[in-house]
Amino acid sequence: MTAVDERPAAPAEAPRRRPNPLLALARNSWRQLTSMRTALVLLFLLAVAAIPGSVLPQRGVNPEDVRDFFTAYPELAPWLDRIGAFEAFSSVWFSAIYLLLFTSLIGCITPRLVDHVRALRARPPAVPKRLGRLPQHAVVPAPDGGVAAIAETLRRRRWRVVVRGDEVSAEKGYLKETGNLIFHASMVLLLVGVALGSWYGWHGNRLLVAGADHVFCNTRQQYAEAKLGPRVGDDLPRFCMQLDEFDARFLPTGQPSFYNAKVTVDENGGAPRAAEFSVNSPLRLDGANVYLLGHGYAPVIRYTDRFGRSATSAVPFLSNGDIGLTSEGLAAFPDANVDPETGERNRDLQVAFDGLYLPTAPQQPPFTRSEHPTEQNPLLGLVAYRGNLGLDAGIPGSVYQLDQRQVRNGRLTEIGTKELRPGESWTLDDGSKVEFLGSESYIVLSVRYDPGTNLLLISSVGLVLGLMGSLFVRRRRVFVRLLPAGTVDPASGSPTSGSSLVEVGGLPRTEHPGFADEFAQLVAALRDDRPAVEAEAAPGAREGAE
Amino acid sequence: MSVLSDQVVSFTALVYLLAMISHAVEYALGNSRARAVAAPARELVGAAVGAGAVAVAERDATAPAVSGAERTARRAELAGRIGVGLTALGAALHLVGLVTRGLAADRMPWGNMYEFVLTVSFIGVAAWLVVLVKVPSLRRLGLFLTLVMVLLVATAELVLYTPIVPLVPALNSYWFIVHVSTIVFASGLFLLGVVPAAAYLMRAGYEQGKRSFPYTLAKRLPEAASLERLTFVLHAFSFPIFTFAVIAGAIWAEAAWGRPWGWDPKETWAFISWVVYAGYLHARATPSVKRNVAAWLAILGFLTVLMNLFGVNIFFEGLHSYGGL
Ligand code: HEM
Repeated sequence: MTAVDERPAAPAEAPRRRPNPLLALARNSWRQLTSMRTALVLLFLLAVAAIPGSVLPQRGVNPEDVRDFFTAYPELAPWLDRIGAFEAFSSVWFSAIYLLLFTSLIGCITPRLVDHVRALRARPPAVPKRLGRLPQHAVVPAPDGGVAAIAETLRRRRWRVVVRGDEVSAEKGYLKETGNLIFHASMVLLLVGVALGSWYGWHGNRLLVAGADHVFCNTRQQYAEAKLGPRVGDDLPRFCMQLDEFDARFLPTGQPSFYNAKVTVDENGGAPRAAEFSVNSPLRLDGANVYLLGHGYAPVIRYTDRFGRSATSAVPFLSNGDIGLTSEGLAAFPDANVDPETGERNRDLQVAFDGLYLPTAPQQPPFTRSEHPTEQNPLLGLVAYRGNLGLDAGIPGSVYQLDQRQVRNGRLTEIGTKELRPGESWTLDDGSKVEFLGSESYIVLSVRYDPGTNLLLISSVGLVLGLMGSLFVRRRRVFVRLLPAGTVDPASGSPTSGSSLVEVGGLPRTEHPGFADEFAQLVAALRDDRPAVEAEAAPGAREGAE
Repeated sequence: MSVLSDQVVSFTALVYLLAMISHAVEYALGNSRARAVAAPARELVGAAVGAGAVAVAERDATAPAVSGAERTARRAELAGRIGVGLTALGAALHLVGLVTRGLAADRMPWGNMYEFVLTVSFIGVAAWLVVLVKVPSLRRLGLFLTLVMVLLVATAELVLYTPIVPLVPALNSYWFIVHVSTIVFASGLFLLGVVPAAAYLMRAGYEQGKRSFPYTLAKRLPEAASLERLTFVLHAFSFPIFTFAVIAGAIWAEAAWGRPWGWDPKETWAFISWVVYAGYLHARATPSVKRNVAAWLAILGFLTVLMNLFGVNIFFEGLHSYGGL
């Protein structure tokens, strides 16, 4: 490749003044940083630095795995955590590499951009003296129209042409460098898009149970898990959403084949409207997109306490990951058994049910695994607990799990187990009653806003188009000199007889294996259909021309 | 249909094996003492890249004494042609195996690792046949190519085989089809690109006078420079496709998971491959970097692609894990 290695060093500095050593160092480092070799090393480092992020669990991908890793390697994990290994892609070392790379990139393409703009404005250079020295060379009879006709033919083939007297210079393939610059600039744009997204974007995940009782309005507090960029204000876009219907279809094997959620939304206080979305087509709202990530069941459980007051729970049960959607969850009634006379709350009489829900229970026990994700034979296994649930202790507990510490220290006791089918009820030892009323669907939502995506898309298009220009276009030059009748033919050394000839030379400026063919075709076109006097070129060219 | 597909795939592996043996015979004959005599400079005249003449061209160039050598040469030529024919037959069977698999599953045959590897290797072999039509003088690379094919198809059959299952809903998307087909296509070309890259390294060593084990294999290979050029052409062609494929994946991931990029292990390794191949193109464009380094980068790039094809599905758990083993 003839074009670029290190850019030519700046002209030697004038020896008069001793350069400031600091300045010299800075200039030298800059030149080092923006050299292709440095770019190569940084690229390689970037690839290597990405490996830990795929080997170690990442918080951004799967926080539970990180927790598991901490349990499995209690010694190693905190140490790794300190160097950012669980957030590898936002760690100092990863950022340092790509920031250096992008600095190098900008330092590299800016001067090239300037050069290229200059080249685009410049005219193809004058015809060299000895065309015979160029890689491609031919002498053919001149077309009738002379230089003008030659220039016309070249222009028609989209060459950039300059006529100087009896000589024509032409160049083509500027798009190569244009493409290369677009490609590299798109990469900078891509990074800007990513930065925009992480500063001004936000996202949150939550479960949404079907029905009017579970309407969700978009506020920070509504998310089980949320991440807001540092530049996101407290006001998230206002909308409320209610899940009306969730439709999931499965194959007999239990493999899901189709999900669709029907919802009612109102945005910015407007009128409620119906909308639906599914796995590959999110709901695009003003300032937020809603994605459907998963689904499950929320068994509806009614508990009537010893004073005859009832409460209903429809808590989502979480799938344990098997294909039959076996799910576990907790129905807690912290306000149970409040004496209606005194209004006094007895902490030791709180009630909770640890549940295992099987949408399609097997015909025979053990009832531990659902056979299919649809509700063909629903069965709810409950373990009842009474005592202090430990919800007031101030220790954050999961709403989906019983606080086992309370069980261990005896404040919470198990009082029995029972399997229920929809509509069945179970009377506990103190006369209170639990009923399994049925189930509601719930969906797992991810609500997101990322202002960088459009920029990402635009820069991606630039990336691909620029790359194609850069890799597939070739820069090349062609020179033509008219030899009037009677001059000496440079090829044969004899004077040209009768008609005039043209001498043509071709120079590929970048590697171009097909250039000989292209040149031969061009010469054939220039020759204007008259038989060749002499066409001398590299072996391949002749095949192409005939 | 599914059974038919499985049987055809077994046959395919067998035919590739036979093709490999033919190429090996060609090699062995070509490497025998006789070839050394019959290799005058003559063949270089017209055969820069495009001319098909490899061996037979010099028949008339040397004295009558070489008739034994000539016979060996002709046998080598025949073995080579048979190798190519068998490769083509294998490719045809390979295609039949894929199509029947797709018909049986009623979708594109790239829903799991088994199908994925089969498709990638088919692209590789098809692209090889195209290259061979254009540049017949590269035929001797067939030994390496068929070796790779035998390994891949056999691994797919013996290790990765999965019965047909439909796609999960997340995979039901046009962007998914665009994404996977381009990834498969680019991976197939990268696979093919490794063959001349490795051959180049051996041949370049041979041309520098190295005569120890792997270099001697390169004795009958095409010129180092043309191998190097082929390596570049293949990578220059597949890199933009790969880039596009990754972008298509990001567009699909945005629709399915809400984020275009999430550093899931598969995405991370695609990123790594992309960066390594960008490194290859840079190294190739930098005159001060040796071409050997570039060729090694191309090979390294393919190792990262392999890591993504096999390693990530086996070792890591991620959103892409429905790749299924
Ligand atoms: C963000 C990291 C970078 C990536 C992913 C990248 C990628 C690429 C790719 C894929 C090509 C191939 C296109 C071609 O061969 O024409 C290329 C070419 C090129 N890159 Fe980069 N590049 C990066 C950074 C840089 C930097 C830092 C420099 C300057 C030191 C640079 C200078 C060049 C040059 C001069 C070419 C043209 C080579 C030629 O003449 O073909 N690139 N780059």
